[in-house]
Amino acid sequence: MSEFVTLTIDGKEVKAPVGSTVLEAAKSAGINIPTLCYLKDINEIGACRMCIVDVGARSFQAACMYPVSEGLKVITNSPKIRETRKVTLELILSAHERTCLSCVRSLNCELQKLAQELNVQDIRYEGETQHYPIDDLSHSIVRDPNKCILCRRCVSVCKEVQTVSAIETIDRGYKTIVASPFNMPLKDTPCVNCGQCIVVCPVGALREKSSIEKVWDALSNEDLHVVVQTAPAVRAAIGEEFGYPIGTPVTGKMVASLKKLGFAKVFDTDTAADLTIMEEGTELVNRIKNNGTLPLITSCSPGWIKFCEHFYPDLLDNLSTCKSPQNMFGSVLKSYYADKMGIDREKMFVVSVMPCTAKKYEAERPELASTGFPDVDEVITTRELAQMIKEAGIDFRRLEDEEFDDPMGEATGAGVIFGATGGVMEAALRSVPYLLTGKDDDNVDINVVRGVEDIKEAEVEVAGVKIKAAVAHGLGNARKIMDKVRAGEADYQFIEIMACPGGCVCGGGQPIQPASVRSDMDLRVERAKALYQEDQNLTLRRSHQNPKVLKMYEEYFETPGGEKAHKLLHTHYVARENYPEDKAQK
Amino acid sequence: MSCGCCSTDNKVQELDKIIAKYKDTRGALIPVLHDAQELYGYLPMSVQKRIAEGLGVSLAEVYGVVTFYTQFYLNPKGKYKISVCLGTACYVKGAGEIYDKISEILNIKSGECTSDGLFSLDACRCIGACGLAPVIMINDDVYGRLTADDIPDIIRKYQEAEAAAV
Ligand code: SF4
Ligand code: SF4
Ligand code: SF4
Ligand code: FES
Ligand code: FES
Repeated sequence: MSEFVTLTIDGKEVKAPVGSTVLEAAKSAGINIPTLCYLKDINEIGACRMCIVDVGARSFQAACMYPVSEGLKVITNSPKIRETRKVTLELILSAHERTCLSCVRSLNCELQKLAQELNVQDIRYEGETQHYPIDDLSHSIVRDPNKCILCRRCVSVCKEVQTVSAIETIDRGYKTIVASPFNMPLKDTPCVNCGQCIVVCPVGALREKSSIEKVWDALSNEDLHVVVQTAPAVRAAIGEEFGYPIGTPVTGKMVASLKKLGFAKVFDTDTAADLTIMEEGTELVNRIKNNGTLPLITSCSPGWIKFCEHFYPDLLDNLSTCKSPQNMFGSVLKSYYADKMGIDREKMFVVSVMPCTAKKYEAERPELASTGFPDVDEVITTRELAQMIKEAGIDFRRLEDEEFDDPMGEATGAGVIFGATGGVMEAALRSVPYLLTGKDDDNVDINVVRGVEDIKEAEVEVAGVKIKAAVAHGLGNARKIMDKVRAGEADYQFIEIMACPGGCVCGGGQPIQPASVRSDMDLRVERAKALYQEDQNLTLRRSHQNPKVLKMYEEYFETPGGEKAHKLLHTHYVARENYPEDKAQK
Repeated sequence: MSCGCCSTDNKVQELDKIIAKYKDTRGALIPVLHDAQELYGYLPMSVQKRIAEGLGVSLAEVYGVVTFYTQFYLNPKGKYKISVCLGTACYVKGAGEIYDKISEILNIKSGECTSDGLFSLDACRCIGACGLAPVIMINDDVYGRLTADDIPDIIRKYQEAEAAAV
C-alpha cells in the first residue's frame, strides 16, 4: 500500500501517492500541464522547462520532476506562467528548422502541437541557426539534427533501455548536438537499427530511411511480379494511423489495401513464422539430443542479431542459424513459389511490410540471397505503408475485408503471436512436444511466457526431456541474460530475445504515439492483445499443423533441417567491431 | 606532457594503470581523462576507446564528456599554442577578424593543429587583459591591440625561429 499526500493544484484538493510528481498529480486531477522532453519511464530529466509551475518557491519549478508533498500549493496557470512557457517555446522554435509542410512528422509532432496549444503566433527571437548535415548513410535510420530540440529522449532510450549507447549529447552551449562519438555516421557505430529512438522522438529529427519511392517504382514496372508479405505486428497497429483505437486488429482491411495498391499477391509472414518454428524447433531438439551448443537463442529479430554480433561475438554459436521469418519467406518466394508458379526469379520483386527498421538493414545483408537474388528486395515500415495508402487515396476505413492469397496464405495462431514478446517461445513450445514425440500435449495457451515482465522463465518437460526457457525483450534485458550465459551461470536450453521492448508490436517502424498517450497506457500490452485475440480465433494454433507448411516440405524442402532447407532457410553471423577507428570524422 | 621518447606500448601500460587506479571510485571518468591527457597531450579516439572499455562505460559517454569540458582536447596541441580571446571586450574590438585571419593562414579551426605539429588554435574566454583588447596568446607571449594585418608577421616570426633551429 502506498501512502498518499494531499496537495492543492489550482485551488483543487488532490490526493497523490508519495513519490509521484506534480505533473502526475495534476494529470490525475484532469489538469494538463504542457510537456516536451518528458516521456514516462524513459526520459524524466527536466531538460526543456516547458512544464514549469508555481509551487511557491523563488522560481518556477519543472512539474515533471517536482515531487508532491503534504500541503503543497501548486498553480499551473497564470499570466506569468503562460508567458514564461511561451518564451521558452519561442526560443526552441527560433533555433528550429521550421519546415512543417514537408516534414515527416507534421500533424504528429509534439512541438507543432505545443506551438498550437500555446498559441504561438510570432517568434520574437531570431536564433543563431546552425546547419548540420543530415546523416542518411544507415540503411535504417535517418538523423536530421536541424530538427532536433535536444530533449534527449533518444539518448535515454538508446543508452538505458537498449544499452547500445550509439548516440550522446555532444559539445556544449549553442553547439550542443545529439550525435555519435567522433561524429561517426550511425552506420559505423554499434547502432543496431532498432528505431526505438525514432518512436520516442517528439519531432521529425529521426525517421526511417524511406523505401516508398522504390516500391512505387516497382509497382508501376510491368515486367516485375511484385509480391508483398506483412509481419504479424503490422495488423495490430496500422489501424492507429486511420483512427482506430490502439490494439484494434485490422488484418482484412490491411490485406485489401495492399491489393488496391497493386501487389500481385499479398502474403502473410506468419506462414514463414510457422516454417521458422519447424526449423528452429528441430534445431533445438537436435542440439539437445546431440549435445550441441546450448542455450539455443532465437534469431528472428535483426536488431538483436546485430547487438549480439557487436557485444557478444563470442556467443554467436548459440544463435539459431534460422533466417528471420522475413528472409525465410523471401527465400521461399524466390525458390518454391517461383518454381511452382513458373515465374522467372529475376522478375520477382519481394516487398516486406515490417514493424521494424532493423529489417531494412537485414534485407541488405549480402549473405541473405540464397537463390542468387536478394531474399527481400525492399522493406517498408508500418508507417510507410500507411503513408502509401494515404497517398493512393484509399479510404482505409471503408474497405471490405479480404484474405491473404494462396498458395502461401494460411498461417496458424502460433505464427500470429510471433509479434509479441514471448510469442516465438510460446509458438515453439506448442510444437516441441510433437517434434520430439510425434504427439501433441494439451498446452496451447502458455501464459507464463506472455506479458511485459522484463525477463520471463518457463520450464516444460516433454518425454523425459526438461526444457528450461527464458524470454527477454528490449536489449537491456537481453544483456542481463547474455551476461549470465557468458559467465556460465544460465541453465537454459532455449532463449527468446527480441530487440524492442514488448517485441515487434512496439518495433521502431510502428505508428508513433505521443508522450501524452504513452503516459496513459502501455502500448506493448494493448497492441499484443490484438495478436492474442487473432490467435484465439483461429482453429489451427500449432505451427506443425499448418497445411501450407507441410505441403512445402512435401513438395520441396523434404525435411526440417534437411539439405535444401539448410541452403535456403538458414544463415550465419559475423563478429563486428565497435567503432572501427578509421571511420572517425573530424 | 608527452616527451615522445617512450614507446606507445609503455604509454598504453601507463594508461591502464591510470584506469585501474580510479576504476572503483565514483565519478572516475573525469580524473581518468585528465590524467590520460597529461600522458598523451590530448585524447585521441584509441585512448577514449580504451578508457570506455576499462571503466565499462560507452564510448559515446566518454566522447560526450570530453567535448563538454573545454579542458579536454580531441586533437594534439601544437608546439606553439595560439589562443584567441573571444571575450566581450576583445570581441567588440574585432577579435573575430583576428581569429579568421589566423584560421585562414594556418588553415585550421579552433581545436585543431597544423599537420606539421607547429601551431594549434583555440578560441578562449576573457584572459583578463581587456585593456589590451583584442588579445591573443602564443604559449606564454601576449600580443595586444592587434589588427588582422599584424597577424602574418607574428606567425612568420615563429616560423622563422623554427626554420633557424633546424
Ligand atoms: S519537427 Fe514538428 S515543428 Fe519541426 S518542422 Fe517537423 S512538424 Fe514542424
Ligand atoms: S536505432 Fe536503436 S541502437 Fe540505433 S541509435 Fe536508435 S535506439 Fe540506438
Ligand atoms: S533527436 Fe529527437 S529524441 Fe533525440 S534529442 Fe533530438 S528531438 Fe529529442
Ligand atoms: S522539463 Fe518537464 S517536460 Fe521538459
Ligand atoms: S575580453 Fe579579451 S582579455 Fe578580456
